[in-house]
Amino acid sequence: MTSDRVRQFFVLFFVLGFFLYLFGPLIIMGLTAFNSSAFPRVTPWECFTVEWFDVLANDSRLLEGLKNSFLIGFGVVLFAVPLGLAGALMLTQVKQRVRPWYYTIVISPILVPGVVLGISTLLFWDRIGVMFGASRDSIFYNGFFLTIIGQSTFIAAYTMLVFISRLQRFDSAQEEAALDLGATHVQAFRKILLPFLKPAIASAAVLAFLASFENYNTTVFTSISTSTLTTVLASKVRYGIDPSISALAVVIVVLTVFGAAIHEVLKRREQAEAEQAGMVAAGLIKEKKVQTKWFIDPAIICILLVFIAGLGTAFFAGTVGVGECKVLVKEQKQAETAKRIQALQERTAAKKAAAAEEAETQKQEKANRTGTENFNSIFDGDNLLPQASESDSATQPRTGTENFNGIFNGGNLQPGSEVENNEKSEDGARTGTENFNGIFSSGNLSPSTTE
Amino acid sequence: MFQFWSDYFRKNGLTLGLFLLLSVAIWMLVMIVLPQLYMLDFSFRANVPPPQWGTDSHVYTFEHYQYLIYGNVNSTDAFNYIDLGVFGRTILASVFVTLIDVCLCYPVAYYLAHVAKGGWGRLMVMSLIVPFWVNELLRAFSFKVMFGASGVVNNVLVGIGILDQPYDFIRENVALYSGLCYAYILLMIFPIYNAIESLDKNQIEAARDLGSPWWRIHWRIVIPHAKPGITSGCTMVFMLTAGALAAPQILGGPSSLWFTQLVYKWFNNSANWARGSAYALVLLIACIVFVLLMMRIFKVRLGEIAR
Repeated sequence: MTSDRVRQFFVLFFVLGFFLYLFGPLIIMGLTAFNSSAFPRVTPWECFTVEWFDVLANDSRLLEGLKNSFLIGFGVVLFAVPLGLAGALMLTQVKQRVRPWYYTIVISPILVPGVVLGISTLLFWDRIGVMFGASRDSIFYNGFFLTIIGQSTFIAAYTMLVFISRLQRFDSAQEEAALDLGATHVQAFRKILLPFLKPAIASAAVLAFLASFENYNTTVFTSISTSTLTTVLASKVRYGIDPSISALAVVIVVLTVFGAAIHEVLKRREQAEAEQAGMVAAGLIKEKKVQTKWFIDPAIICILLVFIAGLGTAFFAGTVGVGECKVLVKEQKQAETAKRIQALQERTAAKKAAAAEEAETQKQEKANRTGTENFNSIFDGDNLLPQASESDSATQPRTGTENFNGIFNGGNLQPGSEVENNEKSEDGARTGTENFNGIFSSGNLSPSTTE
Repeated sequence: MFQFWSDYFRKNGLTLGLFLLLSVAIWMLVMIVLPQLYMLDFSFRANVPPPQWGTDSHVYTFEHYQYLIYGNVNSTDAFNYIDLGVFGRTILASVFVTLIDVCLCYPVAYYLAHVAKGGWGRLMVMSLIVPFWVNELLRAFSFKVMFGASGVVNNVLVGIGILDQPYDFIRENVALYSGLCYAYILLMIFPIYNAIESLDKNQIEAARDLGSPWWRIHWRIVIPHAKPGITSGCTMVFMLTAGALAAPQILGGPSSLWFTQLVYKWFNNSANWARGSAYALVLLIACIVFVLLMMRIFKVRLGEIAR
């Protein structure tokens, strides 16, 4: 039994570790969005601020990319959802013998690396464009068009899977009944199949939009000169990182959590309703309890309130008193630097004093052995006097060395550049390698991403 | 054949039948098959400037594949050690990342499916979705923040005295591999979770009652049942890791390149599209071989792999 206990404890520990691995990086990144340090980091914590959200909101390149990503996302939804639906319906109709082949072909885009899809789309439409003698600014060289096509290739396969799982529960007798009663095929499709598929269409659309929105591998090849959110982000993250990227992540995470919470509540309502309907059908209760409208559901109101309260708190805490805090942090830093310099000075002074003492004793030793060393007296004599006097002055270091260290201390670094400087020295090693890496790892020279 | 089409149109009606046929034809031919075939063709063509594509000077050649294997004509090495090395390392590292993800995910998926109960378990499953919808680039960025020279990991390790000075995790690729493990871990956990969840608990109870130790229950009952899920997860994670571009670009150390970065380089920096497509094709073939291998080893069908 005890070994069972130990095992359970171990498993629990493992699961906790897993969730820590899953959320730790996101939490840390989220925290960096609120630190006023110019480099995204948690320690040392400086000031709680929301200024990086301002920076984010004023980043015109990012906003441009965001807008394009939205447009492309909608395009993909409009294109990939019907394709996926057609693919799923076709699967129910093709002959048994052909089905595995058909399925392999339409499912393959999911398993093909996104890079390959992007390249093949780019090449193929370029070829088509040449065939039609289209000019360079025609649709075949348009980043929007190519990206929508390239992304739809595999996103349609995702949506198809959603439709297949829903269609498995479809009772085709309904459709047959409608046809027997004289409905046309289009009518039967519109009145029976589409309403049945409505939830699947909604989730397929959401899936398609999100998949398009966060795709990078395909987009980077097909977008040509159009900048999307991901291509802008990629170039930002690779060359110089600042906490506004973390701020973007915070926005995304908050929206995701919010959406997931609402989705969960709505799902529960649906389940409750279905349960009640079942009970009515079984004759257990007379009629359904009337549910409140979804927007006055207490759970949803709670979620909304938490969301707004969190937003308000963050905004309030992040804007009030930031200025004073920054001044304080700066003073602290200066004091710290001064202290460090003083410590350094004292250490050098002590060292010098020790060296002087040693020299003294050596001198004495040598003096004791004078007879042999006419030769050594070069080092011994008056020649060394100035040095000795210097080591004397080292016992009162403040005056002598202050001037020297003033370079680091003085007004030179005052106006805020101090933070950067600090951080540069801390990240010196890394920035070095990064530049080096950049040369080989492309992108540097690529006009498509840097534009 | 004629019988099939007349049946088809009788069943669907003309409008709907045409719509289905046209959509599927566009998707299958214009978007999937023809581009791939054209890329295959293109990768065997000489690298000439775009205006000459399709003309007589656009000859067939093996030079791009030769370059990948033997390197530059002028080089003295017998093989193109750099690019082949990158390819080998990409494949090996992807296998390695996939194995780590299986080991991490299997216990957690089992825990979520059979041990955690009620609202708490549901909350845990739901919370898994959150990191999944955070952009791939941002996930890589978070690892860069964590593993940087002044990042949290270094500060903690130095703070508690394990290290006396910051360790360059980026240069040593620690950041890259942990970032890659992280990037696609959810595509491993969900299939395994779904597979294990459908397992009848009574089977486990029965085995336990009959005196089977816990590891044998897993080995003989849970793992065989979860096999399609594990295969599916492994395939997806391997494909996405081998084809990853964002994480290696952001987290890669100075000495490590990912194979996709070479493809990217040929396209964007060197403007040699033909060689880029040849490299991309090699990657594609490696991935196909891997999928076939997985299907053969675990005896599952493609339909089970793609969810």
